[in-house]
Order: sequence, then C-alpha cells, then structure tokens
Amino acid sequence: MRVEFADSMIKFADTHPQMVFITGDLGYMALEKVQHKFGGKFINAGIAEQNMVTVGAALAHEGFIPWLYSISPFVTLRPYEQIRNDACLHDLPVKLVGNGGGYGYGIMGATHHNIEDIGAMRLLPNMRVYVPFTASDVEQSIEQMLADPHPNYLRLNQGAKIKYDVAPFTQWRKIKSGAKGTVVGTGPVVENICSLDIAADLEIWVVSIFPINNVPLELIESINSTQKLITIEEHSGECGLRETLSYHIMNHLHGPIKMLALSANGYPSGKYGDQKFHQAENNLGGDGLKQQLESFI
Amino acid sequence: MEKSVQQDLLNKAFSIKKRFLGMYKAANAGHVGCSLSVAEIITFVRFNWMKDNDEIILSKGHAAAAIYSMLAEEGILSEDDIKTFYKNNTYLAAHPPVNKIKRVPFATGSLGHGLSIAAGLGLAQKLKKSDKKVFCITSDGEINEGSTWEAALFIAHHNLKNVVWLMDRNRLQGFGLTEDVMKLEPLDKKLEAFGFNVIIAEGHNFASLEEAKNKAAKSDIPTAIICNTTKGRSWKLYEGKLDSHYLPMKDDHYDVILADVEIDYNNQISKL
Repeated sequence: MRVEFADSMIKFADTHPQMVFITGDLGYMALEKVQHKFGGKFINAGIAEQNMVTVGAALAHEGFIPWLYSISPFVTLRPYEQIRNDACLHDLPVKLVGNGGGYGYGIMGATHHNIEDIGAMRLLPNMRVYVPFTASDVEQSIEQMLADPHPNYLRLNQGAKIKYDVAPFTQWRKIKSGAKGTVVGTGPVVENICSLDIAADLEIWVVSIFPINNVPLELIESINSTQKLITIEEHSGECGLRETLSYHIMNHLHGPIKMLALSANGYPSGKYGDQKFHQAENNLGGDGLKQQLESFI
Repeated sequence: MEKSVQQDLLNKAFSIKKRFLGMYKAANAGHVGCSLSVAEIITFVRFNWMKDNDEIILSKGHAAAAIYSMLAEEGILSEDDIKTFYKNNTYLAAHPPVNKIKRVPFATGSLGHGLSIAAGLGLAQKLKKSDKKVFCITSDGEINEGSTWEAALFIAHHNLKNVVWLMDRNRLQGFGLTEDVMKLEPLDKKLEAFGFNVIIAEGHNFASLEEAKNKAAKSDIPTAIICNTTKGRSWKLYEGKLDSHYLPMKDDHYDVILADVEIDYNNQISKL
C-alpha cells in the first residue's frame, strides 16, 4: 500500500494545499516523489517522533493538515502521550500514517511489529482509525481522512487480493454471503479466509474504520442466523476487533452464539520469520487457520 | 529601558503576583513557588515583548495561576473567572486547559511538550511567511525530558528564529536540586552546542530581561534565554526551597508573603 499512499499524497497535494508531509526519517525508495512534489512542505523531522507529533499538532492548529509518516510502532506507541495530549485532546486534524501494522515488517522482528496499534489509537479521544483492506482502498481512505476534521491513524499493510468484488472504502463492507458462519475481519488478513474453499459457505464482512459504531442490521441478522461468529485481525484481540465488536453486538443477539476469535498473540514459538510465518503461528493463515475454521464450522 | 516602562512592568508584576497569591490562598493550593519564580518573565514577555497576535506557551504548566493572573491583568479573564480557580466546574484547573482560553492554544502540564509546540507554531509561521513570534517558557527541570532536546534540534536545524525559548532556571525540580537529580550544567554550552544564541539573564530583573531582548533581536539564529530565578521568591520561609513547589500557604504565611512582595516592589520602584 506504500506505493498507493505515495501516489495519493501527490494527487491530493494539488487540491489540498494545506497538506504538509512530515516523515520520521523514513521513505527511501518510496517517498522521493512525494518529497519533490511537496517541496518546502516536505519535512524530515528526523528520528524524533515525540517532537514530530507535537510539531504536527501545532501545524494543524495553524490550519495545516500534517501527514506524519513512520513505521507503525514508531508513529503510534513511541509518541503516545503527544498523540493524546497535543493532537487528540485538542481535536486537531493530525494524520498519522503507520506502515506495516501487524506483522508487516516480518523478519525485522518484534520491535518493528505492531499488534496493539488499533486498540491503542481507537480509545483516544476524537481519534478515528482507518484500516484499508485492498490497495485501491488507500486513495479512498485518504480522501475520507482529508474530509475528516479529527485526528486519524492510517494503518498500511500489503493490500488484499481476493476473487470477490469489494465495494468502495467505507466502515462496513459485506464481501460475500454465506450460511454456515459469519466472518468479521479487519485489514488485509481477511484475504487468508477469502482464499480458502470454506469461504464459499461463509458470510464475510470487513470493518475498516474504528471506533466502530452502527453495526449494520444485515450483519447482526447474519450472526443471529448462522449462530457462528468468526473474527479475524492481525492485531491483539484484547483491545482489538474481538473485544469491541463483542460489546457492540451483545445486546442484539438472539440465542446462543458461538465465537471463534482469531487474533495476533505475539510470538508463540519465540521465533521470527516473514509476515506469513507469523500469521501461520497465530492461526491467522496457513493450515492452522484452515483447521480452526473447519473444526469450528 | 525607559523608567516609565520599567515602572509599568513593576506595577503589572506586582498586581499579577498579588492576584495569584490570592488565588493560591483561596484554593489552599501548592505550586506557589513556581509562579513566584516565573512572574517577572511572564510579565515581561506579555507586556514588553510579544505583539498581540504572537503566541506564548507556558510549558511549565504547573505555574498556570501566573498565566491566569496575567490574562486577568489584560482583561481576557474577569476577576469572577479568577475566583473559580481550582473549584469544581471551572476552566481554570491547576494546569492550563484544552481549547477554552484565549492565549492558551495548548493545554500543558505534562512536561517536555511546550518546546515542540513552539517549534510547530514557529514552523507554521515560516511556511505562511508570517512574522508572528512564539515565546516558550520552560522550567529547567523539565529539560530532563528527551522531547525537549528533540525540539531543540528541530528549532535549530530549521533556524526558527521566530521561536524564543525562555528557561526559568530556578535550579529546583520535583524531588531535589537540578544539579543533584540530573546535572544540567554547563547548560549554556549545551544549548550553544545545539545551535542556539544563548543569553543569560536575571529572571526577576526587567532591565536584564530587556538587555536579553535586545541581544535576541540581533541574532541570526534562534535564541534561548537562561533566566536565573529563585523558586518561591518573596516567600522567605521557603525561598529557594523545594517546599515552595508543593506546600500551600498557611494563613500567617500569606500575609507575610504579600508584605514581602510589596517591600520588594517598593525597593525596585525606589531605585528607578
């Protein structure tokens, strides 16, 4: 999604002259064209994310729309108090962009992963989190973020490629119908279910904006009908989709509903590999995912 | 510095101090020494340096009462507003609030944010080709925070000359002397090495602050003014002591401090 992100920045720079691009010293072989396009409004803030976020908040206070870019944990967790105090409490349109949410940085290791970002961000006041599903979601999500006057966090990853049609970017999207179970997922990891044969029997939904609200009636009806809910996220379930969706649907459920919550549980073996390796270790992909789903359905 | 200007500043500082001492007394609140430490710096910046649309950021948000009193001095807050300090249902909390008061663009209180706020505001003016200035008042202990040094690097690198950093150097922090807790000296050399035009001033002396202002005006690089001050100045019992940071005034202390503030004022007036 990094290419689509850079292309979108360049595209919207003309229509939104108040945009300022600030990187935390990242962007080699990715942001050079953005740098050229933004000129004096492209700032490398160095490896100093706390200052970068507060500088962004102050720019937003002065009418700019700052886009702050880094690897996901470095732009969310490192400067957490600056995000809360300076951007969110003051409800300023600071746009945080985290590349490689989840296990996106693969073999780079645990310090470069982020399986707490959606939870950490979604609970901050005024913050809205955007999680594109496909590569083509990126431009649409950025367009919506530009129209969103609040602080935002954009979680970038490898875009999903699936055989089903995907509606334009919005908070709730139904990917397909199915009668044996209802899947609600966030982010490109949902692709891993879509690519399995068992997907033919499942109703699949993607949620892409947090905090969640207004859970669609059609989705609730599906859960009540199938009586089997599956959540999938490349993120901790404790503060992620599993937890927040459960709360929002609890009062709308009829009868006993079984739930299979697939989420990132860190590093079960203590070993490292690429993104697919970590997904497989956490039953978010590969045979583990397939077996979990078959057993559950 | 003209005598009339100095007299006006002394009058304003006297008024600001009397008001915030009354606020602390009514609230039975601490941080008295922090405001006594920074009172002249705030008075000088607001009434003899910044223009009306310039920004002042009190990074040492625990001296909020001094800012509230300054805002009352210029009529932004009413005396009725001031009476709500520390009470339930007030905007005037112990640290500056979010989005509620003119001249307080950002809530502060968590230390180490203010200089980055100033950096961002300064950068915004540069991008907008505005001549607005941004004055940031930090404490000295708060520069333990690494974010302050991130901001210092940023301000120097982008040569944000429109940012003026004033440090209230009272040499006391949360639980000890700055030089005992986390040595800052040689502070001037550190700030110079970071790329600042460093000026050392007497933070309770308007003539010295005026001299610093004039030196800052001639600089081609951003200015940091180390303002030597005394925490709890005029609270003789706790002057220069940690107690003045935390303890509220007892009834008899309040009258004594007020009397000492007045003596100090009269002494300075008589020297003009």
